Amino acid sequence: MRHQVSLAIGPVSFRVGSAWPGPVRALAELYGDYPKPEGDVCDFTVRLEPEKPWRRWLRPSVAISGDYMLPDAMPLSLALGLLAAEMGMNLQMALGQKRFLLLHAATAEKEGRAVILTGESGAGKSTLSALLGERGWRLMGDEFALLDLDSGDLHPFPRAVSLKNGAIKVMEAEASADRFGPVMEGTPKGTIRHLKPRADAVARMEEPARPALILFPRFGGERAIRGVGASEVFVRLTQASTNYVALGSRGFDALTGLVARCPALAIDYPDTETALTLVEELWADLPQ
Amino acid sequence: MSGAIYMADDAGAVRSVELDGLVALFHAPSGMTHIVAPPAPQILEALGQGPGDARAILSRIADLYEIEEDAGTEAIEARLDELEAVGLVRRA
Repeated sequence: MRHQVSLAIGPVSFRVGSAWPGPVRALAELYGDYPKPEGDVCDFTVRLEPEKPWRRWLRPSVAISGDYMLPDAMPLSLALGLLAAEMGMNLQMALGQKRFLLLHAATAEKEGRAVILTGESGAGKSTLSALLGERGWRLMGDEFALLDLDSGDLHPFPRAVSLKNGAIKVMEAEASADRFGPVMEGTPKGTIRHLKPRADAVARMEEPARPALILFPRFGGERAIRGVGASEVFVRLTQASTNYVALGSRGFDALTGLVARCPALAIDYPDTETALTLVEELWADLPQ
Repeated sequence: MSGAIYMADDAGAVRSVELDGLVALFHAPSGMTHIVAPPAPQILEALGQGPGDARAILSRIADLYEIEEDAGTEAIEARLDELEAVGLVRRA
């Protein structure tokens, strides 16, 4: 590949190669403060290539992201290149990761314990976790929770947070301008802007946390809290996992262990401030 | 008259974890996970003692349930059909 960059994010390393300089330059800038992977071997390789090989490789991702395709036109615009790199990293993780049970969830940590926020797209995981990361929590990740198959701990995967549309303004009011990537308008997901996690989230990205609370947030409607039974939590988390089936009995043991250990609640919220208050209240109620 | 004889995989082939009244089962030979409600877990447990028909299974788990024998047999047969359909039991 003509242009490439290696990234270490939490316990996972990527090499992203591109036929075009733009996406690689943007990634290098976005992840400039992250430590470099040790050695030459990366866990996953992502390639951004011209139409044919790229399209062939892209096909399996339809089931995962499903809501956009790359256009045939070349060269890739910066926005689409960054999106493609991000999607490629997601795809590699989702399908190739065997060391951890992957949950499509955001996680944030306080005093060694973590809250898991999971739910459908649009539930507000990214925004809520990014806000928690600005308000006394350590952002562990806005996209994937990495559950250790042996210890049951969660590993951070603090990628740059991919803010979409309305969430961009919310976070611009919270974080300094130098932590944002370029504004990318007109992408298939609308306007996107990346937010670099706080320096401590990056500095501590190899430090796992003990899962303590599972929340299923849902945006819209009045503030509400509902208990969720263990079997429903289990089923919802199997659906939120990209590699549960592939891990076989190890995935089963890890996930049933998590469900047995953690209380789980569904929360409805009309606005993000209410959601943050809810999270803090529920967190304070946890047994120490 | 005895009904069809069913058998289950060895106990080692299935992991089970109770989750608030239901039971999550991981069936290693198929790699599939199932969530089952009583009396399905008890049927599988009873078949762990060896193959049997619905009546035999019922007698093995009778002490757990207060059910009429005829109705019970029918219910057990219905559950056996379902367990067979998902591959957790098979006809001996």
